Amino acid sequence: MKDNRPVNLDFTTFKLPLPAITSILHRISGGFLFIGLALLLYLLDQSLESAEGFARVTEWLGNPLVKLVTWAVLAALLYHLFAGIKHLVMDLGIGETISGGVLGARLVIAASLVAIVAAGVWIW
Amino acid sequence: MVTNISSFGRSGLSDWVIQRISAVILASYTLFILATLLLTPDMDYPQWRALFSSFAMRFFTLVTLLSVLAHGWIGMWTISTDYLTPRMIGSGANVIRILFQLGCILLTLLYLVWGIEILWGN
Repeated sequence: MKDNRPVNLDFTTFKLPLPAITSILHRISGGFLFIGLALLLYLLDQSLESAEGFARVTEWLGNPLVKLVTWAVLAALLYHLFAGIKHLVMDLGIGETISGGVLGARLVIAASLVAIVAAGVWIW
Repeated sequence: MVTNISSFGRSGLSDWVIQRISAVILASYTLFILATLLLTPDMDYPQWRALFSSFAMRFFTLVTLLSVLAHGWIGMWTISTDYLTPRMIGSGANVIRILFQLGCILLTLLYLVWGIEILWGN
């Protein structure tokens, strides 16, 4: 084997195309949700436990820090949802071309941005 | 056929199908909860409690928890077998990956048991 052939496997110098960015964000949001689910379950647990628990949860959700964390979990959930829907659409054979992939990625980003901002407005 | 002893369904095709079925269930539950909270802005404790007391809601929630178990495990398994490899992080990777996978299994089981306790224990 010639050892002077040009090889570039340095991932840090690769520029990711948009569909690759939405794909890695899908993974990151999924991993984040895996942990974030603990918060959602905790809120459900407290809110169903008693009337006092429900009042506590309502009070917590008024706290700016809790609002921020809840928004982050909700943002990951919404993004993961839209990226997942795009996945299922592509499984049906729709948008599998290069241009279709870019369009799908743009739609995912646009839809989740709108939903995440709306979720922020809802929480605050 | 490529099979892997640590994957959820023991085969890639099985994991692929389970990931999609559970995704549809998780999406339905997410949209249902969001719609409920949006349509009932003044939700109070008796209403909230009544919702989760119904058999249909408990069934839906438990099926969702089981879907989380499968979906989360398949996702975390995919992440761990892609990144926690000797090529990516060095010679200790196999031990680290298996510990990571055990941690993920433990957490998903914890979520499931905790969820059952929330639904039937309160």
